[in-house]
Amino acid sequence: MSDIRNSPFLFTVGAFVALFVTIQSLVFIAGAWKEGKRLGLSATIMRKALSGSAVFSVVPSIAILLAVLTLAGALGLPLPWIRLSVVGAITYELPAAETAAQAFGTTVKTSITDPTVFSAIAWAMSIGSVFAMILIIIFAKSIQSGIHKAQIKDTAWSGLLISAMFMGLISAFLGNALGGGLISILALLSSAAVMALFGLAIKKAGFKQLENFAMPVSMLSGMAVAALYALATGGVAS
Amino acid sequence: MSTGTTLTESQYDINIHRNGRLWMLAAILVTQGVPLAISLYFDVWPPFGTLLAGLVPTIIVFWPIAIIEVLTYTPMLGSGGTYLGFVTGNLSNLKVPAAISAMQQAGVEPSTKEGEIISTLAVGASSLVTNLVLVLGVVLMSYLLPVLESPALKPAFANLMPSLFGALGVVFISRNWKISVAPLVLMAGLFIAVPTLPVGILIPVGALVSIAVARLLYRKGMV
Repeated sequence: MSDIRNSPFLFTVGAFVALFVTIQSLVFIAGAWKEGKRLGLSATIMRKALSGSAVFSVVPSIAILLAVLTLAGALGLPLPWIRLSVVGAITYELPAAETAAQAFGTTVKTSITDPTVFSAIAWAMSIGSVFAMILIIIFAKSIQSGIHKAQIKDTAWSGLLISAMFMGLISAFLGNALGGGLISILALLSSAAVMALFGLAIKKAGFKQLENFAMPVSMLSGMAVAALYALATGGVAS
Repeated sequence: MSTGTTLTESQYDINIHRNGRLWMLAAILVTQGVPLAISLYFDVWPPFGTLLAGLVPTIIVFWPIAIIEVLTYTPMLGSGGTYLGFVTGNLSNLKVPAAISAMQQAGVEPSTKEGEIISTLAVGASSLVTNLVLVLGVVLMSYLLPVLESPALKPAFANLMPSLFGALGVVFISRNWKISVAPLVLMAGLFIAVPTLPVGILIPVGALVSIAVARLLYRKGMV
């Protein structure tokens, strides 16, 4: 079977998903606009909210596009495009894809050309992210009406819990990278160093607008160092 | 008609939850329909047991995070913003800051009727822009596919994981280094000793260790 990752069929599915998201956004904007007028909000304020948010979103959206690019080597273009158009974020999609790939004895470090593994990764990414949507259907109304507000009283602990969960995930993958040899350690250290520089620039020098680019640029730097190192050593490291 | 800021239930409130749930249901069908379409069209069905083994680590880590995200972001985004934002994703890095910034600029508060409207408009506009940027970017990048697949870039993509987690590590370690030490030392030791260990099994182990350490330090007032 030819490579299904970049097949016209998958691009068509991607276009359908993009259309779905566009229509939903337009329907919600129209509904909110109508209700806003009924409440007496001026058209100027509402137009400002729309245009302000649109401008605000351009740079982070380019960062999301770069995340699509990082996944494209393993999974082709359409699947990362679809996943980052709905529900996803790179910090979820990549670990989800990798753990699924590993269950099938492979890794997203290589191009996923086996159709069965590719479909398994698509299933894993999709099923893994459905839980929040189910919770919203069941609980969003009651949360909005205040019933569940009490449950998150201890915000300090819930914030720490998220950090701890991520730290478990990160430590497993960092350990894995250390076991991956010199090139893998170089990529890790380079991206960490670039992220640390971004951190300094954002926190110490006040360049807040760099925030959105910190993650994708750090990732691309790590990847670029790996490619350059392989080139310099004649492709022995991969 | 009430123009006040308290949340008494209007027709909009009733409709937004009914329509929001329908849209969310449709979004579940669309998102789960993508792998289904792949399996049906290409006639490839991954063996269930292996798929489940690959899915369990993701569920263990990300489903509890989903609960906290729902409880945290729903009051911030309002009803419309929630039903739309949780479909279009990228919440913490885009939708939530976009909504909060729009509400600040409009001088309205979250969890008010006006906040609900401004937040929904902001999340909607943000989703449209992301969609547009991604569509344009993917069209452009489809011409670059041969470059992306070139042998020179293979080592770059082969090191995608260390590149993500190197950067993510810096973010989380600098945020709270005390809870990072134990899981990091444990995992580094394990992988240096046995480099072929499957990550999937070690993710829940790492998560349990860091949660236990975090709880301990939290109780002692050290974090």
